[in-house]
Amino acid sequence: MRVALFVTCLVDLFRPTVGFATVKLLEQAGCTVEVPRAQTCCGQPAYNSGDRADAKAIALQVFDAFAGYDHVVAPSGSCAGMIRQHYPELFAGDPVNLQRAQELAGRTWELTSFLVDVCGTRTVSAQWDREVTYHDACSGLRELGVKLQPRQLLASVAGLRLRELPGAEICCGFGGTFCIKYPDISDKMVTDKETDIVATGAEAVLAGDLGCLLNMAGKLYRQGRCVEVRHVAEVLAGMTEEARPIGAAR
Amino acid sequence: MLATSRTFVANARAGLANDNLQHALGLARTGFPLRRRLAIERLPEFEALRETGRSIKDHTLEHLDFYLELYESRVVASGGKVHWARTPQEACAAVLQVCRSVGAKIVTKGKSMIAEEVGLNEFLERHGITPVETDLGEYIIQLRHEPPSHIIAPAIHLIKEQVAETFRAEHRSLDPDRSLAEPRQMCDEARAMLRPRFLAADVGITGANFHVAETGSSIIVTNEGNGDLTQTLPRVHIVMTSIEKLVPTLEDAATLLRLLARSATGQEFSSYTTISTGPRRPGDLDGPEQYHVVLLDNGRSELIGTEFQDMLRCIRCSACINHCPVYAAVGGHAYGWVYPGPMGAVLTPILIGIEEAGHLPNASTFCGRCESVCPVKIPLPKMMRHWREREYAKKLSPPVYRTGLSLWAWVARRPALYHALAEIASRVLGWAGRDRGRFRSLPLATGWTAVRDMPAPEGRSFHSLWAERRK
Repeated sequence: MRVALFVTCLVDLFRPTVGFATVKLLEQAGCTVEVPRAQTCCGQPAYNSGDRADAKAIALQVFDAFAGYDHVVAPSGSCAGMIRQHYPELFAGDPVNLQRAQELAGRTWELTSFLVDVCGTRTVSAQWDREVTYHDACSGLRELGVKLQPRQLLASVAGLRLRELPGAEICCGFGGTFCIKYPDISDKMVTDKETDIVATGAEAVLAGDLGCLLNMAGKLYRQGRCVEVRHVAEVLAGMTEEARPIGAAR
Repeated sequence: MLATSRTFVANARAGLANDNLQHALGLARTGFPLRRRLAIERLPEFEALRETGRSIKDHTLEHLDFYLELYESRVVASGGKVHWARTPQEACAAVLQVCRSVGAKIVTKGKSMIAEEVGLNEFLERHGITPVETDLGEYIIQLRHEPPSHIIAPAIHLIKEQVAETFRAEHRSLDPDRSLAEPRQMCDEARAMLRPRFLAADVGITGANFHVAETGSSIIVTNEGNGDLTQTLPRVHIVMTSIEKLVPTLEDAATLLRLLARSATGQEFSSYTTISTGPRRPGDLDGPEQYHVVLLDNGRSELIGTEFQDMLRCIRCSACINHCPVYAAVGGHAYGWVYPGPMGAVLTPILIGIEEAGHLPNASTFCGRCESVCPVKIPLPKMMRHWREREYAKKLSPPVYRTGLSLWAWVARRPALYHALAEIASRVLGWAGRDRGRFRSLPLATGWTAVRDMPAPEGRSFHSLWAERRK
């Protein structure tokens, strides 16, 4: 299977390790991975800000960049959700591009759901001796139905024990530009999340979307908590030694 | 009601700093979703029912003109009268005209969001008529001169000590040393105060959860029975409702009722479900002599055929509000008008204008929980996004934000430039944060760093590293 990695802009800028972890997991699942150079962002910031023209222009660029691959995989439910759910909406009145949008949507996946639902991966060969808890990032959960897949894979990580997070399905308050436009409200939401995470007693919190992870890590550190924050791909790929936890000091 | 949606940010801040409100919201935050989930687990066909509910409302909206005329003819045939109101002013005038025709001094009211929408209480008071709210929550906030903060639990922003305080201040005829420590005592007191008002009222005004075209009936649900006393004891019953609450048949209403209570309070059915059809007939033991329906449009009919038509499916259950993390953080008053939460974020700009209510559809993370619990599957985030599109087209969003967005989009359409800039940003920020791993403050990101640290990038962009490793 020829798979294109959609790196996502946050992974590209903040945490390349997640990109390499994704490549490793895909290769372990038997995929040939390529990274189209013509990709940048999925256009979600423009789309959610009401700027359809720019969102469409960026989407057209994504169509070209990812043409011809069997599948497109992103280590993010948010970006994969943009392509799967929102590109077809974006081109609803434009039959030619709608068809391209639907075609791309049909072969675009969030990482853990691709591994489990498409590749049939049930176990990974990784070890991480931690009590962890898991936050279900909203887009992956509600737009793509990503819920059991990461848990199923995490269950095969040697030494890892999962403690479910009460309110795991409640938004962490990131919301893209929301967290900057409405910092007070975002603060309340991420503070509630931080309280819930700490209450589990887990040593680490994992999720499948870097935006949420940066938000939760930022709050945990601001509150002086020692909870390790990592993208689920790093753990599944056994690459926790390759990078410090998100936001951690040297 | 004077809208304060423009000052949403300040309103929200006040809500976040209000300890009583935060305590009250804390209870609601877990209570409503839990009760809904348990009720739905007991009804395996709930998902199928949602689809049916959606199609009933869609069908009605597609043929709304037909069903409205049918409805009016059935109301008239049963001896009632329909007052068509295009605007809030026309709705208020219709109510006043009926009240004056019977010389009404006291009017009892069951809960009606349409009455809130048209500002009926203030209007009646200005014209010398005393409206008395009979829903316990509405009664409490009427005493406190506050607007509702939730569409089915109007006093949810209060804790019981505040209610006791209000009762002591307002019920001055009662023993000042009486105990009001228990909710039961406050319920009994409100009941004792309201009973003579029910009997004294000349006109009773209720809302309607649904009205039924085939029979000309209106349906209300309550948990207190106050709606029944409001509509059966006075000589005149006025139903205040809006055109989109219509359903074709009683069977349709029954389907939607099964969705409504479970979505709203997690009950199988509300304690009281009352169907009213026309005034008292010869031989009836009770009921009003006159039955009026004030049917408000207020811009709703103009939504048909637009991107906001789906909003007309709303059955006002409040599930979206009860599951909204933004509502749970700031409370209903922050939204600054009648309808809060996700449904309010879509509806309020329709009713009072996007210029006034521009913040509401923006103050959402698009987490999608609202849409996932909506019993009639309204795509609420999608419609909030439509408002953002209209704002963007009208250039209502802040210029700095628009310029930043355009610049970013311009760069995002030039991959080579984008990758170069990403590498620079990654290196610079990665270097600056190399020891601490995060920033306590960061220029251009103060909205972020005001409340949380910003984790530092690893120091190289993925695309640069990938290109190097592939050489």
